[in-house]
Amino acid sequence: MTLSFSESIMIILVIAVITFALRAAPFVLFSGTGTTPKLITYLGNTLPPAVMGMLIIYCLRNVSILDAPFGLPELIGVISVAGLHLWRKNNLLSILGGTVIYMVMVQFVFA
Amino acid sequence: MKQAIKAAFPFTIPVLLGYLSIGIAFGLLFENAGYNFIWAFFMSLVVYAGAMQFIAVSFFYGGIGLIQIAVMTLLVNIRHIFYGLSFLDRFNDIGKKKWYIAFALTDETYSLLCSIKAPEDIDEKKFYLSVALLNQSYWVFGSVIGSLAGSMITFDTTGMDFAMTALFIVIFIDQWKTYPSHIPALIGLSCTILALLIAGSDNLVIPSMILIVAALMLIKKQIETKITDISEKEDKIP
Repeated sequence: MTLSFSESIMIILVIAVITFALRAAPFVLFSGTGTTPKLITYLGNTLPPAVMGMLIIYCLRNVSILDAPFGLPELIGVISVAGLHLWRKNNLLSILGGTVIYMVMVQFVFA
Repeated sequence: MKQAIKAAFPFTIPVLLGYLSIGIAFGLLFENAGYNFIWAFFMSLVVYAGAMQFIAVSFFYGGIGLIQIAVMTLLVNIRHIFYGLSFLDRFNDIGKKKWYIAFALTDETYSLLCSIKAPEDIDEKKFYLSVALLNQSYWVFGSVIGSLAGSMITFDTTGMDFAMTALFIVIFIDQWKTYPSHIPALIGLSCTILALLIAGSDNLVIPSMILIVAALMLIKKQIETKITDISEKEDKIP
């Protein structure tokens, strides 16, 4: 530990307070009134699928398709998950199967 | 509550896998920075933010001011400000527990709550609360294990964090099938790719969030006609 006890605690508290403030903001701003603005309802309805798309790309943001192995492990991983899911419709199988395939790719095939 | 936890558990298994692996990785890193399992436990308990906690490990090596840390947290986690919007109506009458669920709205919990409905015989509010509680317990447990295990982990966990990507893909596909319009999903993908090309991978979240919201507003009319159907349907579900 390079920092003191209180410095460390302060860092954790600052991150905790800001993170909670962001997560609680919509409930503070729009709750209880019963009149959520239409635009907010619209965004609340349309953001989930959009954010899911964003999070997928976010997870893959550091993949380089210009250098070897050209994002192949990730591509194979994504196709495995999607393929398994379209085929069996079993969340656990898709996630576990895809992750194991990806781990084999990065640890053995493209290592 | 016990029943609700039992009912919620199967839905949370994907998050269990993801959180255990990422939590363990966080615990390992934090331990390397000189912070033992009590610190890992405390941080995962009060902060509870996956990506942010990873970034935060670097703060503990010193040299970064609290204001800088505050700004960084704001930037990394600003996307969370949108998450609660999807649940305003659902959690409006849940009482004080609402604040715990708000606190617990991580990417994964948000995704999961977006995609599941409580079984008919289970109290809806207890069910959502159970999902949130279970998910955080995995995260806390994972980070403590990682911290304790240190270098004792004998198998190579490289690539295990792909479980999180896989979870998002699975939810993306499920939403793609059930959502009345594919436009928002496509906006999410294309705007983020665009942001990645423009801003690069280090500052991805804010530009893509701005582009996504802007795009959604721009073609609000086209999407809205299709969306009204879904919100009406959602209202009918008790």
